[in-house]
Amino acid sequence: MRSLRQVIAHPEFAVGAREMAHASVGILAWGLTTGMVLSNAGLSTFEAVFMTIVVFAGSAQLAATPLILVGAPLWVIWATALCVNLRFIVFSAHMQPYLAHLSRARRIMYSYILGDLSYVMFTKRYQQPGTTDDERNAHEAYWVASICTNWVAWMVGSFTGIALASWIPGEWGLGFAGILALLGVTLSLASSKLRIIAALVSGAIAVFAFALPLKLNILSAIAIAVAAALALEQGRGYVRRKP
Amino acid sequence: MIATDMTALNTTDIWTLLACLGLGCVTLLTRGFFIAASKPLHLPSWVQRGLHYAPIAALAAVIVPEIVMTQGALMTSLLDARWMAVVVASIWYMKRGSVLGTIVTGMLVYLPLHVGLGW
Repeated sequence: MRSLRQVIAHPEFAVGAREMAHASVGILAWGLTTGMVLSNAGLSTFEAVFMTIVVFAGSAQLAATPLILVGAPLWVIWATALCVNLRFIVFSAHMQPYLAHLSRARRIMYSYILGDLSYVMFTKRYQQPGTTDDERNAHEAYWVASICTNWVAWMVGSFTGIALASWIPGEWGLGFAGILALLGVTLSLASSKLRIIAALVSGAIAVFAFALPLKLNILSAIAIAVAAALALEQGRGYVRRKP
Repeated sequence: MIATDMTALNTTDIWTLLACLGLGCVTLLTRGFFIAASKPLHLPSWVQRGLHYAPIAALAAVIVPEIVMTQGALMTSLLDARWMAVVVASIWYMKRGSVLGTIVTGMLVYLPLHVGLGW
C-alpha cells in the first residue's frame, strides 16, 4: 500500500481531479440548494454545518430533515435514511474488489467520501479491478482525486447555502427546492417498470397512511412497495439484469 | 423545550445532533458495507433484489405527501403551485436528464405562482 503522498503524485490523480472538476458546478449548486434548504427548514447554523460534515449525503439529509423537525422518533429517521442510502450498498459491493488490497482504516476513510458521481465515473473508466500493482495504484489515485474533489465542491456549496439562507424569507417556500432535488434523484432511479411501480405504490401508501403515528407512513410505504415489486418480479418470472 | 420562541431558531438541540450522528453512522454503514469487510460478503438473493427497489420507494414516500398534501390532508384546490412545478420539472428531467435543471425549472414555475399568486 502506498502513502497518501505517493497516491497524490500519481498521474491518474490529476485525471480524476480534472474529470470531477468538470462536474463540480453541478455539485456546487446542488450543495448550495441543500445547504439553503436545511437552514430554511429550521435547523440552526451549527446543526446544519454539523449534519453536512457528519452525514455528507444530500438525499438522506433532505429526506431526514423534515422528520427531525417534526420530532419523529430517531429510529424512524434513521430507518428512512437507511432506505434512501441503500443504493450505496450496491456501489459498495461494486467497489469492493478495487479497494480490497488497502488497509481497513483507508477503506473506511474512502467509504465515507464515496459519492454517486465518483462511483459512476470510476466504474466507467475502469471496467475491471486491477490485477497488477501499477493498475491498482492508478485506480487508487483516480479514486482519491475524484472523491476529494467531489467532497470539497459539496462542502463549499453547502456552507455557502447555509450562510445565504438567513437572507431569504421563509414564506418563499425555498424548501420546495429540496423536494425538487429529490424528485430529480427519484426520476434518475426510475429505470425499469417495476421500479416505477414501486415508486407509485410507495407514494400512494405514504399519502393514505399519513395519519399513522411516528411518521410510520413512510416506513410502511417502503416495506409494502418493495414487497409488491418483489412479488411482481417473481410472478412474472422477470429476469433482472446485473447492475 | 426550554428555549423561548425568540431563541428557538438558533438554538442547537442535542436531540438533533444525536439524530445527525446516527444519520452519519447509517450512511457510513451503507457506503462501507462491502468495502470495509475483509472478506467478500454474500447477501440472500431476495435482499439483493430488494436493494434495487428500496431507494426509489423511500424517496417517493418522502416526496409524494409533500407534493399533494397540505397540513395532513389531500390538497383541496387544484390551484396549487407544487404539482404544476413538479409536472414541468419532471418533463424537463425526461428531456434533459439533469437534476440541477429539474430544480431550476421547478423553482421557476413554483416561485412566481407561490410568492406572486399565493398558490
